[in-house]
Amino acid sequence: MTRAAIIRKNAVALAPAPHLLDYAAERQRFSWDAVRSELGTMPGGGINIGWAAVDRHLGTPVRDHVAFRFLGRDAHRNALHNDSRRDITYAELARLTNRFANALRSLGVGRGDRVFLLASRIPELYIAALGALKNGSVLTPLFSAFGPEPIKTRMTIGACKVLITTEALYRRKVASIRAELPQLEHILLVGEGGARTSVPGTRDLATLMEAASDAFEAERMSTDDLALLHFTSGTTGTPKGAMHAHGAVVTHFATGRYALDLHPEDLFWCTADPGWVTGTSYGIIAPLLHGVTSLVDEADFDAERWYRLLQDEHVSVWYTAPTAVRMLMKAGPEVVKKYRFPELRFVASVGEPLNPEAVWWGAEVLGLPIHDNWWQTETGGIMIANTPAMDIKPGSMGRPLPGIDACIVRKTDAGFEEVIKADVEGELALRVGWPSMFRGYLNQEERYKKCFSGDYYLTGDLARRDADGYFWFVGRADDVIKSAGHLIGPFEVESALMEHPAVAEAGVIGKPDPMVGETVKAFVSLKAGYTANDELLMELLGHARKRLGAAVAPKEIAFLPSLPRTRSGKIMRRLLKARELGLPEGDTSTLEGGA
Amino acid sequence: MDEPTLRKTVFDTLRRIAPEVTPADLEPAVPLRDQVDLDSMDWLNFLIALHEKLGVDIPESDYQKLVTLDDVMGYLKARCG
Repeated sequence: MTRAAIIRKNAVALAPAPHLLDYAAERQRFSWDAVRSELGTMPGGGINIGWAAVDRHLGTPVRDHVAFRFLGRDAHRNALHNDSRRDITYAELARLTNRFANALRSLGVGRGDRVFLLASRIPELYIAALGALKNGSVLTPLFSAFGPEPIKTRMTIGACKVLITTEALYRRKVASIRAELPQLEHILLVGEGGARTSVPGTRDLATLMEAASDAFEAERMSTDDLALLHFTSGTTGTPKGAMHAHGAVVTHFATGRYALDLHPEDLFWCTADPGWVTGTSYGIIAPLLHGVTSLVDEADFDAERWYRLLQDEHVSVWYTAPTAVRMLMKAGPEVVKKYRFPELRFVASVGEPLNPEAVWWGAEVLGLPIHDNWWQTETGGIMIANTPAMDIKPGSMGRPLPGIDACIVRKTDAGFEEVIKADVEGELALRVGWPSMFRGYLNQEERYKKCFSGDYYLTGDLARRDADGYFWFVGRADDVIKSAGHLIGPFEVESALMEHPAVAEAGVIGKPDPMVGETVKAFVSLKAGYTANDELLMELLGHARKRLGAAVAPKEIAFLPSLPRTRSGKIMRRLLKARELGLPEGDTSTLEGGA
Repeated sequence: MDEPTLRKTVFDTLRRIAPEVTPADLEPAVPLRDQVDLDSMDWLNFLIALHEKLGVDIPESDYQKLVTLDDVMGYLKARCG
């Protein structure tokens, strides 16, 4: 196969016909109000993401359709282990989420109260998420690979009132920080393999669910009422809680249609964990809005397992991430040879730019090119995408979806101005006004304001737009690290390292990695009396991992006699990175002497 | 290689990636990643390091067989002679 710069599409040959066929005409015709009326409002008025995703289907044939197919970790290991497979229809999901909402209400948890989730991809997580939304509570899913420190930070900022987690995760990650979380009133536990729990100071979720009624009327919310609080990382300071309102559901619906091209008969697999925004917007909400069946696999990545699931579960639309694609590529052609994917019709990827090789690999190995798309925690949904009917330029994130105006801006003395000329690098910006735009960073109004200039939301990503309107990612405008598609704030990592008595200063950078984009690398200098040796190195690594968890902790630590700082005392991560990569050091005029 | 030496090599390799682990606390029949925080990259690095230290080829298609410490030990024992 020749690898041309453009993968041409024959849109009329695609079946079912893509929702977004004529890009220009659809953009012209599009209005958010029309999507809003199509989605409708609750009987008696109001909107609720949980209602729109689940209860809205109850009067339709969709109610008997499978909403989620959950595969436990043992499913598919061999034929004898099929008991860890569970289908839940829309009607059943409505009853289960009602029970959960009633359980919350029985504890005095209501509208606006903060409900956090910390679990692997088990059914209870999905039921709790939707039940909490129906109850009008504000939902925050946390990544289960976080260590106690990131969990504590986020629960404190988010004023978490209720935590739903598993007994094992509670013991490993929460018990030790519980005393430091005075606002946390209730902890609901899921036992191992469905067993009941009896851990002092917690409640057993299954017992609460059993006692609760399966009838519940979802709370009527306004489009501006808070629904989701997703944490993301900045360069400095603590993580930011991006707030999303129930009105965001309109974007989830529209993007499920345009960017993922969901049709009623699809078997959809979003591989993202709900601990990250993709796993909530597209692992829970968007597919339900479209009444499709979602596959949820609890197991961690495994190349062979993933190919087997694509084949045996008849996945038709697959939404995954560049790191996973690269890991499949690395696994080699031998593994994939045994499998066929005749039902697979659309593959999309998000999290970080998908390299052209990976786009082509999809075309050659899966029989379908992979469609990159772009969005952020702050945007709440997919903004820029390669869609089924659109020609792909491998390496590009695609074009803005209907309803989204994107542009490149540059800083001027007066603020920011739009760059009209093609192929000029600048900051990617979006015109405000789409329904899932974040409504603020919790308790950080100044940081929120800084993200906007006039009518534009400034994304912090550097990009360029070509003459055909395709956008190309260039890099981050700040020091945030992007590892396996997830943002990691260097400050959070540095703070944890600084807590170790041997550490005098710490600077953390993203080190380029062919598999995960960037890995976290830390540089530390030691206090007097400590010697840089392998034993201390391992101690620091263990210290960081215990606090931060594997997803955030450094993969590599190096000692330096001292770290380069500006005269005002800020660690120059940019310089650490340039030195690590052997690049020119750039402007060092603010560097303090000696380092 | 005798079993205690092999076991020590496996633990030493694991501790280069996750130094916070106390080998005595690990349940050999429980999935390792339920007991130790290892993301996909850590796990991959663990298997690659075992391959480098022991010279045992671990093809990708076998990764799914390696879930518990017992799995890992059994797999390596059969191939270390």
